[in-house]
Amino acid sequence: MGAQVITVTSGKGGVGKTTATANIAAALAADGAKVVCIDADIGLRNLDVVMGLENRIVYDLVHIVEGSARLRQAMIKDKRLPELYLIPAAQTRDKSAVSPSDMIRICDELRPDFDFVLIDSPAGIERGFRNAIAPSNKIVIVTNPEVSAVRDADRIIGLVESEQKGPAMLILNRLKPEMVKRGDMLSIDDVLDVLAIDLIGIVPEDEQIVIGSNRGTPVAMDDGSRAGQAFRNIAKRLRGENVPFMDLDKQDGFFARLGKMIRPGG
Amino acid sequence: MSFFSRLAGRQPSSKQVAKDRLKLVLIHDRTDISPAVMEQLKDEIIAVISKHMDIDRDGVEIKISDESATESRLVADIPLLKTPRRRR
Repeated sequence: MGAQVITVTSGKGGVGKTTATANIAAALAADGAKVVCIDADIGLRNLDVVMGLENRIVYDLVHIVEGSARLRQAMIKDKRLPELYLIPAAQTRDKSAVSPSDMIRICDELRPDFDFVLIDSPAGIERGFRNAIAPSNKIVIVTNPEVSAVRDADRIIGLVESEQKGPAMLILNRLKPEMVKRGDMLSIDDVLDVLAIDLIGIVPEDEQIVIGSNRGTPVAMDDGSRAGQAFRNIAKRLRGENVPFMDLDKQDGFFARLGKMIRPGG
Repeated sequence: MSFFSRLAGRQPSSKQVAKDRLKLVLIHDRTDISPAVMEQLKDEIIAVISKHMDIDRDGVEIKISDESATESRLVADIPLLKTPRRRR
């Protein structure tokens, strides 16, 4: 069989690619899958800090490419979960240190030993992005319900199709149900209507994400946060399970409910 | 914009504005046709058509409309000038 290689990308920076990668990986591993993450953002590595593994880096992706470290040497094991590993990006090099064929070769070497290889793509549509999508079987595009992020997601969808890597799937991240209700934020339907893409997850805005990255503990590792639940659902869908989308209105505060009474249908 | 000003002014919600702007910008992104190219296209269409018919040049509108997310078409609205009935 071999691992599914999934690339998490977005076009625009800052929409939550790294957070999504860390959380989906943690959720998959917590579910018993063998998972390895690759940080493909050479020169701007961040997946290590979000996963809380930054103090254990000795070798990185560029060392593997250049042959100065073996694949297994550069893989950092996350001790909190049975089978979760990270191959960190190099911090002092640039994207040209790795080529798409290097990525294909590395993933081919990883496939027999894992269920999932998750690649955290850099922002942009240049070399780093090309490296990140070259070996992938499935591409997950992260966007926010904002014009700039949706526009860039559309561009990525087009590029993914032209590389014959499609159809990509969408994670709508940082949705604020309250703003959607007020008519001040694009809804799930609006985004899907504009982009014409399949949805694989909706992640509500959640302060726990910041707290999780402060601590180096992806929220998907703990129960209790809504974003963590959303990422665990995404992980299940990637494994082929049919999980209904979360009802984001469920935990309305008092004022939201009051508002609904005053202006029904608003 | 608040709920009340929306009620009073009947302005569209900011998300509707966002959606409309996005749709328009994506049409140009996807087709790789800039607004400047559209202007040029419009001028050339006017030049060709007015060789054969009297048209209201200022009323000509050319746009790419999105029927759905996967299909779009070029729509030209070219008003003709009212010509006096032939006397002969």
